[in-house]
Amino acid sequence: MAFDVQLRIDDKVVTIELSGELDASTAGEFHQAIGEAAGAGAVELVIRAEQLGHLSSAGLRSLVFARQKMGDGVRIAVIGASEPVARTIRLAGFDHSIDLVDA
Amino acid sequence: MSTPDIRERIDAFPTHRIGPYRVRAGRPFPYGATPVPGGVNFSVYSDGATTMSLALFERGAAQPSAELEFPPEFRIGSVYAMTVFGLDPENLEYGFRADGPFDPERGDRFDAGKVLSDPYARLISGREIWGREPDRDDVYPYRAQVLNDDFDWAGDRPLRIPAEDLVIYETHVRGFTRHPSSRVTAPGTYAGLREKIPYLRELGINCVELLPVFEFDELDNPRTDPVSGERLYNYWGYNTVSFFAPKAGYAATGPFGMQADEFKSLVKEVHKAGIEVVLDVVFNHTAEGNEQGPTISFRGLDNATYYMLTPRGEYYNFSGTGNTVNCNHPVVRDFVLSCLRHWVAEYHIDGFRFDLAAILDRAPDGTPLPNPPLLEQLAYDPVLRHTKLIAEAWDAAGLYQVGNFPDYGRWSEWNGKYRDTVRRFVKGEPGLVGELATRMAGSPDLYQGRTSSASVNFITAHDGFTLADLVSYNDKHNEANGENNNDGADDNHSWNCGEEGPSASRDVRELRLRQMKNLLTILLTSQGVPMLLAGDEVGRTQLGNNNTYCQDNELSWFDWGLLAANADLLRFTRALTAFRHAHPVLRTRDHPTGQDRVGSGYPDVSWHGVRAWAPDWADHCRVLAMMRCGRHAKGGSVADDHVYVAVNAHWEAHDMELPALPEGERWHLFADTGGILHPAGTEPELQHPGRYRLGAHSVVVLVGRASHQTTA
Repeated sequence: MAFDVQLRIDDKVVTIELSGELDASTAGEFHQAIGEAAGAGAVELVIRAEQLGHLSSAGLRSLVFARQKMGDGVRIAVIGASEPVARTIRLAGFDHSIDLVDA
Repeated sequence: MSTPDIRERIDAFPTHRIGPYRVRAGRPFPYGATPVPGGVNFSVYSDGATTMSLALFERGAAQPSAELEFPPEFRIGSVYAMTVFGLDPENLEYGFRADGPFDPERGDRFDAGKVLSDPYARLISGREIWGREPDRDDVYPYRAQVLNDDFDWAGDRPLRIPAEDLVIYETHVRGFTRHPSSRVTAPGTYAGLREKIPYLRELGINCVELLPVFEFDELDNPRTDPVSGERLYNYWGYNTVSFFAPKAGYAATGPFGMQADEFKSLVKEVHKAGIEVVLDVVFNHTAEGNEQGPTISFRGLDNATYYMLTPRGEYYNFSGTGNTVNCNHPVVRDFVLSCLRHWVAEYHIDGFRFDLAAILDRAPDGTPLPNPPLLEQLAYDPVLRHTKLIAEAWDAAGLYQVGNFPDYGRWSEWNGKYRDTVRRFVKGEPGLVGELATRMAGSPDLYQGRTSSASVNFITAHDGFTLADLVSYNDKHNEANGENNNDGADDNHSWNCGEEGPSASRDVRELRLRQMKNLLTILLTSQGVPMLLAGDEVGRTQLGNNNTYCQDNELSWFDWGLLAANADLLRFTRALTAFRHAHPVLRTRDHPTGQDRVGSGYPDVSWHGVRAWAPDWADHCRVLAMMRCGRHAKGGSVADDHVYVAVNAHWEAHDMELPALPEGERWHLFADTGGILHPAGTEPELQHPGRYRLGAHSVVVLVGRASHQTTA
């Protein structure tokens, strides 16, 4: 499935909906969306990952990028990540800086 | 005055073009690959190379996508440095190709046919999954990668627990949770160890010492099990491939290249639990071995700089493994120092234990130096200023420096003499009462003028019998290692308690349990820094194998089922660590003197025998009691109780006359290894205030404090 990013800004809550494969070749689009979210002064970033297939190391690094870009005060929630994706996030220890939420 | 807009500033721009790549002369420091704005800076040192190229691979590709020769103007001194723009670090593997003379007698072993791994690589791919057979035809098996410095430490830093307050726990990242009984999400990984932090907390240790975690190749052992025919591994990992890179095969996220993050996450969480992390580091040799070994990195970059060579250009072998790192060469010193700084600054590591550290004070020709510059440099380095430095103060070529390793007021040592004395005394050898007293007092004979934390006391370590095997085997049983039982130490000072190996006899089993408790009790009440071997607290056995370096199986793995099976020993060990933490008198920084310097009426340490104040130092004696006066705790700065530890290694019971306490104080019973345990703070008062009957092969620990009337 082709990678796609949908960005929605709802007051101070920014939702990014991902679908397809997030890897080195597509991470740039995701980074751009994160940059827009940061620019919108979001207090919460919701990443909808239900339609996300494979997550490569570059994809995982994008979550670190999101954390840095958004700053400490912003809650980042990843919703509906598949079990392999959620497991990788937990094992790397990233679940301490973002919230993993079931769909 | 207006502020210039820094976003518009250009830090560096390409000045050259090599093929499709835009490049410029790089910065010589730091060595290795460093992300810089717009690109990656590469820097490598080689004195003898005639040409140097940077080989760039797309991740996993069989052949390099490009090789960029460093233009002459990119070389400063003997450092080749180049910034390459427009690279995608996520998808990049890189190495170096160095051409130069192949003249072994002069020390040169350049091989332009090899792609060399960067000695400063922060990340290595190629061995991401433990034990998976690699492509043996790979032109570049250990591939350097670029690491992002984007980990969020959330305020963490090294803990700086005073050395004398440490209780060290030596363990193996994989072995700790690889056994299915661990029930962790990712067995055998950094993440798995992280899940077991609550266990470490409950055990009461405050420092984990990890067997090597620098990238190594677990498949570099050519041997097989002589019975099963199965492959044997390099399980322990004392054969470093890459010194700046965490072992990817220990990371559940290694296939994602996330091993650095996973390991940092482990360190951060361990710190949160109040536990330090010490790494076992191996700077005495490398995985390149001798003349027959693989050319991975150093050999092809500057063989004569990195290795000690004979006048004929052969490898000196003080490590017993084929080569010896030339640690006191200025370039190598710089390498070792940079490496340790990297682990402290980037990974928040609290200390290092140096494998075969005596090699670190040998000159390039192998002669031991009185003032080895490397050890001095590490001792005074600003970044390492509060880092624990622990030496295994001997090497494989007969240099034994326990007690005289050059310490610069900073180094501690694995105290091999402590291990041997306590083992021999507890097993019942005569003629050791005096030496046992010296060892329990922190070995002031060895470490005069140094603090008591100079001595890391231990009875067992990864190398040798486990505690359970120490009391179950007279001889090593290493047949499974494939060397006809010729490997491993022969002088184990072990005693099987009457039967070799597993025993159905209740008497034998009870004696073994008591002996394990005796050894642990002496260890946890001695002055110095105690170190436990993981699994000893639950009686882990290796079936008499005292050299399981190659055994990646149940023989080495921590069996979590033992927590229930040997719950009594675990409870006892936990109580001992809690007791040590509760009694600062056992953790005093300076050695006891046998004098009363605080006016308490008691010396800081006193020795007793069957009769109080009358230790029997005679050869035939097997009983010794030590009393520590709590008024002397931490030099008299904190209040503590009296602590009395009596050791009976005799096969008969003895009535111990107890030293009298100050008015209003009574002896309370903390533990008798014959089967009594009262957690620290709940000890009942002894019925008879002046006597204690100490069973055969037993140790008792009493606490002297104000009477509260409950009696045992």
